[in-house]
Amino acid sequence: MAQIKSPEELEKVRQGILSGRDPSKPSISVCAGSACLASGAAEVIAAFKAEIKKQGLEADVDTKGAGCPGFCERGPVVVIYPEEICYLQVKPEDVSEIVSSTIKEKKVIDRLLYVDPSTGEKAVHEYDIPFYKKQMRLVIGDNIKIDPKSIDDYLAVGGYSALGKVIRSMTPDQVIEEVSKSNLRGRSGSGFPAGFKWESCRKSEGEPKYIICNCHEGDPGAFADRRLLEATPHTVLEGMIIGCYAIGAAEGYIFVGDEFPQTVENARLAIKQAEEYGFLGKNILGSDFDLTIKVYIDGGGYVLGESSSLMASMEGKIGEPRTKYDHATDRGLWAKPTVLNNLQTWVNVPLIINQGADSFSKIGTEESTGTRVFSLTGKVNNIGMVEVPMGMTFREIVFDIGGGIRGNKKFKALQAGGPMGGFIPENLLDLQVDYEEMKKAGLAMGPGLIVADENTCIVDMVKYYLTFLANESCGKCTPCRDGLRHMLKIMNRITEGRGQKGDLELLEILSEVQKSAALCALGQGASDPLRASLKHFRDEYEAHIEEKRCPAGVCKVLSTALNI
Amino acid sequence: MDNDRIDQIIDKHQGEASSLIQVLLEIQRENSWLPKEILERVSEKLQVSLAQIQHTATFYKAFRLVPKGRHEIHICNGTSCHVRGAQGVIDTVQDLIGIRPGQTDLDSKFTLETCNCLGRCALGPVIEIEGKTHSKMSPAEAKDVIKKYE
Amino acid sequence: MGVVTLTIDNKEVKAKEEMTVLEAAQSAGIDIPTLCHHEKLEPYTACRLCMVEVESRGRVKLDTACSSPVKENMVVRTKTEDIIKIRRTLLELMLSHAPDSRELQALVKEYGADKDRFEKEASFCIHCGLCVRYCAEVKKKSAVGFINSGVRREISFVPEIASKECWNCKECFELCPTEALQTAYLFTVAQISDSPSFELESEK
Repeated sequence: MAQIKSPEELEKVRQGILSGRDPSKPSISVCAGSACLASGAAEVIAAFKAEIKKQGLEADVDTKGAGCPGFCERGPVVVIYPEEICYLQVKPEDVSEIVSSTIKEKKVIDRLLYVDPSTGEKAVHEYDIPFYKKQMRLVIGDNIKIDPKSIDDYLAVGGYSALGKVIRSMTPDQVIEEVSKSNLRGRSGSGFPAGFKWESCRKSEGEPKYIICNCHEGDPGAFADRRLLEATPHTVLEGMIIGCYAIGAAEGYIFVGDEFPQTVENARLAIKQAEEYGFLGKNILGSDFDLTIKVYIDGGGYVLGESSSLMASMEGKIGEPRTKYDHATDRGLWAKPTVLNNLQTWVNVPLIINQGADSFSKIGTEESTGTRVFSLTGKVNNIGMVEVPMGMTFREIVFDIGGGIRGNKKFKALQAGGPMGGFIPENLLDLQVDYEEMKKAGLAMGPGLIVADENTCIVDMVKYYLTFLANESCGKCTPCRDGLRHMLKIMNRITEGRGQKGDLELLEILSEVQKSAALCALGQGASDPLRASLKHFRDEYEAHIEEKRCPAGVCKVLSTALNI
Repeated sequence: MDNDRIDQIIDKHQGEASSLIQVLLEIQRENSWLPKEILERVSEKLQVSLAQIQHTATFYKAFRLVPKGRHEIHICNGTSCHVRGAQGVIDTVQDLIGIRPGQTDLDSKFTLETCNCLGRCALGPVIEIEGKTHSKMSPAEAKDVIKKYE
Repeated sequence: MGVVTLTIDNKEVKAKEEMTVLEAAQSAGIDIPTLCHHEKLEPYTACRLCMVEVESRGRVKLDTACSSPVKENMVVRTKTEDIIKIRRTLLELMLSHAPDSRELQALVKEYGADKDRFEKEASFCIHCGLCVRYCAEVKKKSAVGFINSGVRREISFVPEIASKECWNCKECFELCPTEALQTAYLFTVAQISDSPSFELESEK
């Protein structure tokens, strides 16, 4: 592929790709996301290829491993075009029947369809399935149509058209103005306005300028950011390229761990393809804008999610946060102006440019615009990756999209924001996905939502987070390191039946001092789940301490102690 | 891993002290762990103190300072797996093979690791051994799975 | 260099503009407790004992005096009720490591700290990092460093360097507010005499 030299040529290339594709030609998309692969998607893809060859249909049917559409619960997911028939939990044994009946005879195979557990109704298409119905899949909706390893697939669904538009008709200031007008806010949880950050960096005097896409996602039990990069790497790149153009940056980094090998592989391949097509490198689309983007593999550790720690680690140092008196947009990476945005912030950029800020800002609430992608997990029926408009209530997410609680158990709490987040009990489930609303409720807008049911012990869950943080804190400052140490000791005592009167008060003092005295955001937020649990589930603590009883039957020593 | 190969990797990063983490990651990708001699060589070539290398190699979670066993067992301890009973699975596997997460047994048969989220929450609790995912593990099933490895 | 005027505990203080709040307070004879601070070393902001309330341009926040740059018209309060509570708890946390440390004892009474509030710890180290930073920043030897992260973080000598450099220096010994450093050093010496190789912590 020769480099594309102008936005006009890009449209011609796109037309070329589209004209070579017959929309009525049968095409089989198998989700090749890490979750579906773990349930056997690779074997399903291989079986399709073999079967199609066997039946001599190679020229008539396309098969592809596609990006994750989100319904991990029922993987491997298969969608058959052009009818968009959606089959779930497909096994290699099902493949020959799918090819014979559905591909050749256009017959739907009932047993592979989604069945609504409450009505018994079957859903033929993706869009008929309740899990998808209430979502607003602006970012992840095309995933299943695209092989993440194919830049042509991305171009076929309109990819890089926002970049073309920017290069053709917008100045950097106009791009920043559009992003500001959209009210796009940082998806890391801070909710800081992206346009304002970009503008500060653009105006800053230092050179060169850097941008970083934070795909570190160290939260235990959250995978949405990394899954997005795996499924749609070119959307991430397109957002970053537009951002660099607006900010005046000549270098960008994707900061990601390599615990999901496929994520890194897809990101690296996408960069290579974008360079070949002329979306990265020198004179992008014939303009005088040059840019390189690299994948930076992080060394691992939750604390790296903190901005000063992340940048220290990129400079080869120990990832210890430091007290900040400058903004990263003035002195960031290598003490140069830097924009650090979460991956989910960057993926919204092409959308904003294509749709326009006015249309984007109509989605969601007044102060929180657009959509948010979460990983929805735990004791919920439909585990997966979901994209919802801001303003949706958590009740809708858990019960309508998530399909309620597994095994008809009782809902207890929704954990949002991970180790620095909080708990949403039943009576607060009507809370909206909204930065201000969540902040008021003591919650962070993290990428993970974890459902706890009546058999989940909240005290155990908080102990789990404190254990996690006791290992993952950098260990530099006293309130975080020693505060966590002693909170954990008290929690161990409580869950082992040795809780004492006064323990809860001690926990409260420790968490209060940690919140106000810790050096960085991690330390300041480290006891948020503890505080939230003491507020909403104090009775569970009291049962452990006073009655030496674990109401959910999780804390082992206590449950056995009772049997004796 | 010989010194020539270490030097090659360092040269690829222009011998910059700031590339320490990337250099160590790359060495580990080939050598599977970081023996003391390698750390000394890196210290000398990159002009980074051994004290800082010790800290780096123990601070970042990706680095391993003990050799790996023949089989690497990864147990997901993400929150979703945790509420679905991962701790029981971890305890059972620990008891069975006699090591804790981060350790390799004396026969170099197993290395046990826990991870924060393998992204397969619908299948949790999850054990991954040599790229194969074992889903919805109960402690008893985990025992059976581990026993199959020699 | 310019001069700025700020208020510390209701007292007007003139300070050079490159000073920290701690330096400005010290120049005015106002005492702010510190543990990890050392004038020859870069601000570290780890012990958090020097936290003060800082009001600047209408914003009030808590910050470490050892790192906070002075600003014109800044208002600093060094002994509010919240700050005393923070210092007391921090002291109690450190006392769980080193109940007999003289430097900590000196502050116990002033802040009403209870040395038995938290369960005792095996290690004396309160992680002030004075030894580590002094050896790296002043002596440029890095014979001692930190290892691990979180609650497992500890100081650790590099035996090869320690065996060459430390015997004749030991300048860090008197910086240590507890006995942790000497213990670690003696342990290293014992190790070196046992075996020439050093073992890194294998557990994470």
